Amino acid sequence: MMVKLLTVSTRVNGTDYKRVVEPRLLLSDFLRHELGLTGTHVGCEHGVCGACTVLVDGLPMRACLMFAPQVEGCEVMTVEGLAPRNSAPRNSAPRNSAPKNSTTDGDLHPLQAAFRDAHGLQCGFCTPGILMTLTAFLEANPTPDEAEIREALSGNLCRCTGYQHIVDAVLAVTRPRDGGTRS
Amino acid sequence: MSTPPTKPAVNRYFGASVTRNEDPALLTGQALFVDDLVLAEMWHAALLRSPHAHARIDSIDVTAAKARDGVLAIYTAADLGDFWRPAPLVVPPPPIPGMVFNQRTQVPLAKDKVCYAGEPVALVVAESRYVAEDALGDIVVDYTSLPVAAELATAASDEAPEVHEGLAGNVAAHVHQSKGDYGAATAGAATVIRRRFTYEHGMAHPMETRGVAAQFDRKTQRLTVWATTQAPASLRGGLATLLGLGERDVRVVAPFVGGGFGAKLLMYYPEELLVPWAARQLGRAVKWIEDRGEHFLATTQERGQIHDAEMALDEDGRILGIRDVFLHDTGAYNPYGLTVPINSQCSILGPYDVPAYDSTFTAVFTNKPIVAPYRGAGRQHGVFVIERLMDIAARELGIDRAEIRRRNLIAADAFPVKHEIMFQDFTELTYDSGDYQPILERALELIGYDKFIAEEQPALRAAGRKVGVGIVCYIEGTGIGPYEGARVQIQTNGRIAVATGIGTQGQGHFTSFAQIAADWLGVSAREVDVTTGDTDQFYWGAGTFASRGAVVAGNAVNQAAAAVHDKAVTLAAEHFGCAVTEIVLEDGVARRSGAPDEPIGLGDLARLANPMRGAVKPGTEPGLEATRYFGPESGTTASGAHAMIVEVDPETMMIEIRKYVVVHDCGTAINPLLVEGQIHGGVAQGIGNAFYEQLVFDNDGQLLNGTLADYLIPTSLDVPRMTLDHTVTPSTRNELGIKGVGEAGAIPVGPLFAQALEDALELPSRGVDIVEIPLSPNRLWELNSSEPSSTSDGD
Amino acid sequence: MKPAAFKYALPRTLEEALAVKAEHGDEAMFLAGGQSLIPAMNFRLAQPAVLIDINAIEELAFIRVDEDGGDLHLGALTRHRDLQFDPLIAACQPLVHEAAPNVAHQQIRNRGTLCGNLVHADPASELPAVMLALDARLRLQSNAGERWLAARDFFISVFTTARDDDEMLVEVALPAAAPRTGTCFLEITRRPGDYAMMGVAAVLVLDDDGACSDARLAYCSAGETPVAARAAAEALVGGRIADDDIAAAADQAKQEIAPVGSVHASIDFQRHLAGVVTRRALGQALARASAAEPEAMP
Repeated sequence: MMVKLLTVSTRVNGTDYKRVVEPRLLLSDFLRHELGLTGTHVGCEHGVCGACTVLVDGLPMRACLMFAPQVEGCEVMTVEGLAPRNSAPRNSAPRNSAPKNSTTDGDLHPLQAAFRDAHGLQCGFCTPGILMTLTAFLEANPTPDEAEIREALSGNLCRCTGYQHIVDAVLAVTRPRDGGTRS
Repeated sequence: MSTPPTKPAVNRYFGASVTRNEDPALLTGQALFVDDLVLAEMWHAALLRSPHAHARIDSIDVTAAKARDGVLAIYTAADLGDFWRPAPLVVPPPPIPGMVFNQRTQVPLAKDKVCYAGEPVALVVAESRYVAEDALGDIVVDYTSLPVAAELATAASDEAPEVHEGLAGNVAAHVHQSKGDYGAATAGAATVIRRRFTYEHGMAHPMETRGVAAQFDRKTQRLTVWATTQAPASLRGGLATLLGLGERDVRVVAPFVGGGFGAKLLMYYPEELLVPWAARQLGRAVKWIEDRGEHFLATTQERGQIHDAEMALDEDGRILGIRDVFLHDTGAYNPYGLTVPINSQCSILGPYDVPAYDSTFTAVFTNKPIVAPYRGAGRQHGVFVIERLMDIAARELGIDRAEIRRRNLIAADAFPVKHEIMFQDFTELTYDSGDYQPILERALELIGYDKFIAEEQPALRAAGRKVGVGIVCYIEGTGIGPYEGARVQIQTNGRIAVATGIGTQGQGHFTSFAQIAADWLGVSAREVDVTTGDTDQFYWGAGTFASRGAVVAGNAVNQAAAAVHDKAVTLAAEHFGCAVTEIVLEDGVARRSGAPDEPIGLGDLARLANPMRGAVKPGTEPGLEATRYFGPESGTTASGAHAMIVEVDPETMMIEIRKYVVVHDCGTAINPLLVEGQIHGGVAQGIGNAFYEQLVFDNDGQLLNGTLADYLIPTSLDVPRMTLDHTVTPSTRNELGIKGVGEAGAIPVGPLFAQALEDALELPSRGVDIVEIPLSPNRLWELNSSEPSSTSDGD
Repeated sequence: MKPAAFKYALPRTLEEALAVKAEHGDEAMFLAGGQSLIPAMNFRLAQPAVLIDINAIEELAFIRVDEDGGDLHLGALTRHRDLQFDPLIAACQPLVHEAAPNVAHQQIRNRGTLCGNLVHADPASELPAVMLALDARLRLQSNAGERWLAARDFFISVFTTARDDDEMLVEVALPAAAPRTGTCFLEITRRPGDYAMMGVAAVLVLDDDGACSDARLAYCSAGETPVAARAAAEALVGGRIADDDIAAAADQAKQEIAPVGSVHASIDFQRHLAGVVTRRALGQALARASAAEPEAMP
């Protein structure tokens, strides 16, 4: 009944994984270091900052407040699963700081593209958690007003942007395409 | 070669709100932060930290810890040998006459005693952070507690426990600066305002904590360090010296960094020294990532000052002079010299005409974490003093608070203004350019000041609502030296490579610098790859701090790009056999204007510039590449005004910001969208400082609210939508005319809150002034229920 | 911060879970939502040698209403999210439905459980006060048997309940609300989602003539446990409630609570806020009770 190591089988961003881990391995560390999906970031491990937010069976949760075995049999979605081309784990070879401008807008999910257009990120550390929170939120609430957006964001801390451009990004991506007024 | 012009012919990108080059990587989770690094055979470090604020270390027993499975090594101070020494002073104090400065800097691991709770005592290297933390629990340290000097005012007294032996009154520094003769200038003043002000600025708390990973390659004898540092080149230099390595054998890389705000600037954090040292000792890669709980104690922060300030004015409300004496809490060590209190000292002058100024401060050691700059770096404290003095003076003289500012703002024709006292950059405090009246007027207009006071406020008050308006002005010294450099190169694939020594923590350098280079070279900003913070790519630099990145490094990029432009058009002219003036660089090619010749791609031109055979003319440099350095003669002064309308629930004292306006002048803006982002972020931190964030220490030097549940960082529901506008007075200190803007949003929010909340609750009419920051609903309730201040004297 | 090592058990039945617990005693802890336990483990404030994950025990996942009597029964796997969105809960227990969104943030509510929150017994938590106001009954089960406790007997002190170490809190039962019940949950926090500086759960029941037949006031962040202001509530019973009565109840309640202060709110300020929230919540509850149909609720 009680184990010191166990096998976790879980589906992340549509890919099935099976790993043998200590049960105390936090989901955040499992995703980042076992699976190499380093897009999910760790800001506090208290469950407050929201940087580690991922979707578990469609619902946003704090990956730092779950143990890896707790996603056994679940579907997890991380930021790497948002834009279709980026769902595979990164090559872990070390790189220096120069980003290459190789990812085009066509590779971005509309929400990501909206963030780029509105300057909804600066350092980008909190961004994946915010994108995951918003992905679930917009699914349930496709045309939110500013107050609702701010409420939805209130469980994710950002220290760089002051939130305004993030709200602008969400407003932009949820506006009807015909440019008419939102209800 | 002709002198490069200062502006490119085409201005397609400079000044445009271009979206960022770095965003796709960040948005898709592909950007590399330090904790994302995987190095071969990488081990993980954790630090044992003192639970006591002041104690002698009697013994450390690591036997059990070493025996734990998965532990590779454990080090204490004794194990470090010659490597153990107090860190060098990062910022020597400016040479102010009569200054007292007692240098006491931090050590990598505490040896005989600990001076603050959180000070590192031992380093554990293990197979995972989990195991390393297990091992921390195995280490047994015997401490003998010592009396603690926790609170600032008591630590300053001669009877206080000494944080460092032999320093009575815990004097870290004593500095007096003055201009004019305060006594003479203020004799016969119509009114003198005196108050004691206390101001606490908190902690940066970037969303990414600190981290450092190091790998020493025994074959090449080179050390590579990845760190969240804001000053990679400086860290490289220090590490080389301390580890006895050649500077060229150390590479420091600051990859994507998740926010800095000053917290990632200190050199040398113990971990930044220990991890590379351990990596070299062990011949293994080692990574350390700070957790948030540690961050509260292990990372530099700002804290409090106590100011006894007075201002003398004539009957028209014109300032005759200001005198201020203050205490500054510098924490257990002072590696950052006097930057923070000198910024405070200089900021008290504000954007106003102050004929006489007399300022004295004592920096005081306390048994608390190190104080070093956090966005604003001491300016907040000074701006609070001057803006509050102005408000109180306005009241006493019966002058409107916007009007008293109008009467005192430095005139537009007065620049450059020299203040006779020394600024943090070792030069005389000078405001290079500015025009403050239009900023104030615009802010008043946007907030609807006159109408609010005349009509809206009375009507709301009659309905029992507590609403107030605030207006504050500030200046900010930015863009200081010493220098930065940049290299621009046209590569043979036609892409432009730009490298500079500063680091990036979200400011958008990968884009703003690309914009500068793109205009010079006729390419898309997307075709410019900017590398920051890699000392192998660019060797020299100081770092990202003091709102100087865009100003100083940006100008270096500009000069380097101009030089490359010049080389390219010269070479293209030779290639086409025409005059240089006929060459145009656009769409990635060099063409001869008005002629049918085939244009030549920039990449091909670059290939031509590097012949593999043949002779070249003397003085030729290969390639289309140039490196330039820019060092401003002095800083450049940005300015602004913030205004706010706030409502207070009279029962709960909860606030709602109804309107928030910022009008700022950061000279010429490279990218207005990025500038807006900096202001929004700064204001959010200012709101945190004014109303939410406070580090609460008890008398034993223990931090009582060391989690993000109790240290309150503003959320999306606490930060309002802001209205921004800007004016432009170009900087006279650099070719591009730019001024820094990184800290502007954060600086004046404290006094703005004090003024607007006083107004909302009508405190002054009941004899109550707000003379402290931070505020809170609890504090407002106390102030609102309190008796009038009994005297106006500052003790 | 990383948690200390533990052995992990994932029982499929309640019986299994209780057996493991009985075997390991106080070295074992139950893991439900983990939103209070895991932060404590990350800080190494809690270091159980054995963690019994109860999330796979289907018999604990229920939300149902008794056909006779209309009591609402919530199993141990009822999450805050359910309290927010489940239509049965919204209909039967609007106070719970109203309080739930105040618990932390959505990401926490998606995982955290009601029973876990109650067992954690943080006096600043909202739901213990709500349970007190609703006279909830809590079912505790161990290897040796089961027992029911009233909410008022469950909370003993800070992080301390009457649960014996070998027991699991498996169910909360909430009595059906009388017709013409009006409730209100109101708290004052520094930021939305924070622990309250002061919070109140108010319940008023009116009889057919509009006189108050029952009243409850229970507070969070008001002492070492959730605190009921019984005298203040008692005084409301008997006649029609007027503004004066509400003001008097607020003043009385301020005396009955025992706030301990925090870095965010002094004791005096907490007491002051208690008066404010009591007035506001009672006003709201009264309006809702007055608007409610006199017929029995579904």
